[in-house]
Amino acid sequence: MTIPDGPGPTAAYDGNLMAGPLSELFALDVTVAVVRCRGCGADAEVATLRVYGPEPGLVGRCPGCDDVLVRVVRTPDAVWLDLGGVTSLQVPAPKR
Amino acid sequence: MARAAVPGGLSARRAWREATLVERRPETDSAVTLVLDVDGWPGHLPGQHVDVRLTAPDGYTATRSYSVSAPERGDRVELTVQRVPDGEVSTFLADGLAVGDAVRVRGPVGGWFVWRTGQPGPVLLVAGGSGVVPLMAILRARGPGAAPFRLVYSVRGPDDVIYRDELAVLAATDGVDVRLVHTRRAPDVDKRPVGRLRESDLAAPGWTGEDAPTCYVCGPTGFVEGAADLLVALGHAADRIRTERFGPSGP
Repeated sequence: MTIPDGPGPTAAYDGNLMAGPLSELFALDVTVAVVRCRGCGADAEVATLRVYGPEPGLVGRCPGCDDVLVRVVRTPDAVWLDLGGVTSLQVPAPKR
Repeated sequence: MARAAVPGGLSARRAWREATLVERRPETDSAVTLVLDVDGWPGHLPGQHVDVRLTAPDGYTATRSYSVSAPERGDRVELTVQRVPDGEVSTFLADGLAVGDAVRVRGPVGGWFVWRTGQPGPVLLVAGGSGVVPLMAILRARGPGAAPFRLVYSVRGPDDVIYRDELAVLAATDGVDVRLVHTRRAPDVDKRPVGRLRESDLAAPGWTGEDAPTCYVCGPTGFVEGAADLLVALGHAADRIRTERFGPSGP
């Protein structure tokens, strides 16, 4: 996958578009989760990431510094998830 | 948000279900509402979307996301699809799918760009083009006596207004205000000079940052960025502005 360097074109989707693909992997809706960017330390809801795609997969960038945070690729027989750009993922969960 | 807050639970949302077209309703020259019957639909919240998957005879598949345009109603799921030039999925859904035909849908998905019945406070909806679709689901879900709702809806011209007749009815309802913003052509009676959304379109008594409405902005990416900036400049708190960008295409 080729990922453009620096700020991409302004025309992009956002993390809302990741809800479907991520629902294959996570038990809870991850678009309301907060990720912390490894690059700038900012927190952002997954729904607010700048997302490029949809083919060959979705690339979610930090709304603050534009670093790549999340990549999701669906192949015919697998889902690839790269969370290399985030240091933590905080998912709202039912009270225990 | 607790798990129970998302209709259908988890495995239900993940499943691809067969959705049969039961009605198609033209909205404009380029937008059509599709009413689907989805057996075992788990229900949805206003603002949520579904993924639609088409499979060609040779096995090629294409998946796109579409917002649901109406509140929960049993197994019925309404989508409004805007034809995108060269869009292989949107053109098929808008022109090729006949009543009785089936597609696969997954959802509902997305728990962030949603409005929940009983959510307190006024609601400011800002739509660009077919970005009105999820906002219409929210507007349609408003009950009598609820907090005030305002829709600011940017269109190219009068012929591009999706849900025109229903919006006219809603605009006459207590507690609902609808303002159309024309970017290229406007009706003669409209005193606003045509042009892109500007601050004066969003500023109104009862709709300032201090009134603290929850703002929902949906449309093409450039529109959403511009509208969100205007709202922040008008004093709306960033954490009260929810955005959904549907990409480069659109008005």
